[in-house]
Amino acid sequence: MSFEYAPAPESTSIVKLKPAYGLFINGVFVDGEKTFSTINPATEAHLADVTEASAADVDRAVRAARVAFGSWSKMRGADRAKYLYRIARIIQERSRELAVLESMNNGKPIRESRDVDVPLVAAHFFHYAGWADKLDYAGLGANPQPLGVAGQIIPWNFPLMMLAWKIAPALAAGNTVVLKPAETTPLTALLFAEICQQADLPAGVVNIVTGAGETGRALVNHPDINKVAFTGSTEVGRYIAQAVAGTNKKVTLELGGKAANIVFDDAAIDQAIEGIVNGIFFNQGHVCCAGSRLLVQESIAETVLGLLYERMKNLRIGDPMDKNTDVGAINSAAQLAKIRELSDAGEAEGADRWSAPCTLPEKGFWFPPTVFTNVSQVHRIAREEVFGPVLSVLTFRTPDEAVEKANNSPYGLSAGIWTEKGSRILEMSSRLRAGVIWANTFNKFDATSPFGGYKESGYGREGGRQGLEPYLKVASK
Amino acid sequence: MSEHIEVRRTAKLFIGGAFPRSESGRTYEVTSPEGKFIANAAQGSRKDARDAVTAARAIQPKWAGATAYNRGQILYRIAEMMEGRRAQFIDEVAPWAKSAKKAEAEVDEAIDRWIWFAGWSDKIAMVVGSSNPVAGPFFNFSVPESTGVVAAIAPGRPSLLGLVDTIAPIIVSGNTTVVIASQDAPMAAVTLGEVLATSDLPGGVINILTGSYAEIAPWLASHMDVNAIDLSGVDDKKIAAELEKASAENLKRCLRPGTELDGLARIKNWLELKTVWHPRGF
Repeated sequence: MSFEYAPAPESTSIVKLKPAYGLFINGVFVDGEKTFSTINPATEAHLADVTEASAADVDRAVRAARVAFGSWSKMRGADRAKYLYRIARIIQERSRELAVLESMNNGKPIRESRDVDVPLVAAHFFHYAGWADKLDYAGLGANPQPLGVAGQIIPWNFPLMMLAWKIAPALAAGNTVVLKPAETTPLTALLFAEICQQADLPAGVVNIVTGAGETGRALVNHPDINKVAFTGSTEVGRYIAQAVAGTNKKVTLELGGKAANIVFDDAAIDQAIEGIVNGIFFNQGHVCCAGSRLLVQESIAETVLGLLYERMKNLRIGDPMDKNTDVGAINSAAQLAKIRELSDAGEAEGADRWSAPCTLPEKGFWFPPTVFTNVSQVHRIAREEVFGPVLSVLTFRTPDEAVEKANNSPYGLSAGIWTEKGSRILEMSSRLRAGVIWANTFNKFDATSPFGGYKESGYGREGGRQGLEPYLKVASK
Repeated sequence: MSEHIEVRRTAKLFIGGAFPRSESGRTYEVTSPEGKFIANAAQGSRKDARDAVTAARAIQPKWAGATAYNRGQILYRIAEMMEGRRAQFIDEVAPWAKSAKKAEAEVDEAIDRWIWFAGWSDKIAMVVGSSNPVAGPFFNFSVPESTGVVAAIAPGRPSLLGLVDTIAPIIVSGNTTVVIASQDAPMAAVTLGEVLATSDLPGGVINILTGSYAEIAPWLASHMDVNAIDLSGVDDKKIAAELEKASAENLKRCLRPGTELDGLARIKNWLELKTVWHPRGF
């Protein structure tokens, strides 16, 4: 008997795309000089033309934000809160549309954009809306004040969620923002601009400038911004940290990772297998906190790998719009090339490669879920962030060795621990140098839960009370 | 009875709990603002800075792993040891203080500052951490931890109080530090090293270099095994910007010059926040 899944595609008719989008500056869409095409990475079909913001456009956006800052920062917190609550509600109302558009532009499975991304976006606005009139109670110091205009740059892996993580706390604290979405995933940010219009958010409080690296550079180096918030690669984070040196711009950076997912011999194995799969194949592995290094205790390595391969054979790879899809499309040709390059390096350096047998669609950008064994700590696939569905497997004998190997990375964003022993969880979580520790779970996020890295994974936290801090200054006593 | 001829002290570096001369063999003349010779202080070098980072890194896990209660008692012990040398400290800051009274006030405040920071050790996690009510069946909490090895440039003035205000908030949470003391007024820093050596502070938690920050600091800013850098004592804006730029190479946490912070904010500057998730259920 076979249990084949029939196709269950989500309709895309709920999304009404315009042929072309301008920049969202001072509450209205304005045209720029140059445009670029944005596509669906699962089909390579053109979706819309988007404007590439020039330095002059960025300047216009910053000016609008500066003017808006005057009244937005002075508005009663309770009133700012109402605007943010309104936005949260509209996000809920239009959640299906947002989820579909996110999957179309990003390539992630609709199941994830619908059940993870968009609900977290609404939750984030709800959470920070409530802070807007309670900043004095956040425990961050006396008389907290907004910084001014925030320049925010976000990545393509969770386009709308990263937007929410940036905009919600900034606005709650009384700042105004100029946000640049990623080059390959601008569409949900532009839909969010329409939501700001529906919410009657005062003009200039949120400005969205689309574009690529040059647009981002113009934003970071603009003399009239007070804050830079960036999520993306460590390489660009380093550039930003250098670019703001000697200025008064406050900075938060949420950068790359190479998380260890550590499985002890007493772990609940079936749960751990699900956790390993979720850790590295969630969102095609396009996750800065992905559990990309599996550290498995030597005595159970064979069992775990056997079960992992069996589980991976059942992953459904393909059309992101299909409600049964587990793994969607790689976001871009460039990212696919990078994943291929690192995977080839893994083989060339002597690791063994295994991919789940699957038929990949002909059009679009695809990479099969892949596991490398016989990986040594010096291999590139054990050190560099692949940002794709590629897992490197290493083994350990003692907890000390697990800690040593897990911490042997310039990154320190997240880590996973699988064991049934409580004291071991607590000792491991205290010795792992990472900002988020998932014990017997992985890749969980919440608006109330601070997220951010140690070491070269960046600095600053997003989420919770601590997530307000990067957007406030407090009086010194 | 013949007159006692003063036994003068050799002013040395404080690295890893020991008092070496500079590896470079160099010293520089410390004089009072009026030009009176005071001492030949060790002129720290790149090698001294690197040795100090090695010492700071080696002891960091042990210092961070000590209980907050234990760290608090050691910081308190530093105040006790300073009190015993109060007169010496006053003599040593006096040449650069506006008056004898001001010199006394600076030393008293420096001693009291250790006590204030000592008391923070077991309260930081309560104030900075949180239990987070996530929307799901999970137990979730956030705790602060030390960031690691913190390099620091102490302000030129006040030479003792500024130094204490720099290093106490760094080490109270479990960080270790390599600090460059006031270049032209380093005598109280040298004595503080001697106090630290007798305060049950593990060797290497605080390492004190004397010499030129313009020479030494770039090696600390670009050092890949340093996690953070305190530039708040740097008075030259151009040098500060260069140091900040160099520190970006491994994304050091960086405190800029002229940053006015209260004590807790200073402590927080050298903390990481760790969030731990665990499912709930039978």
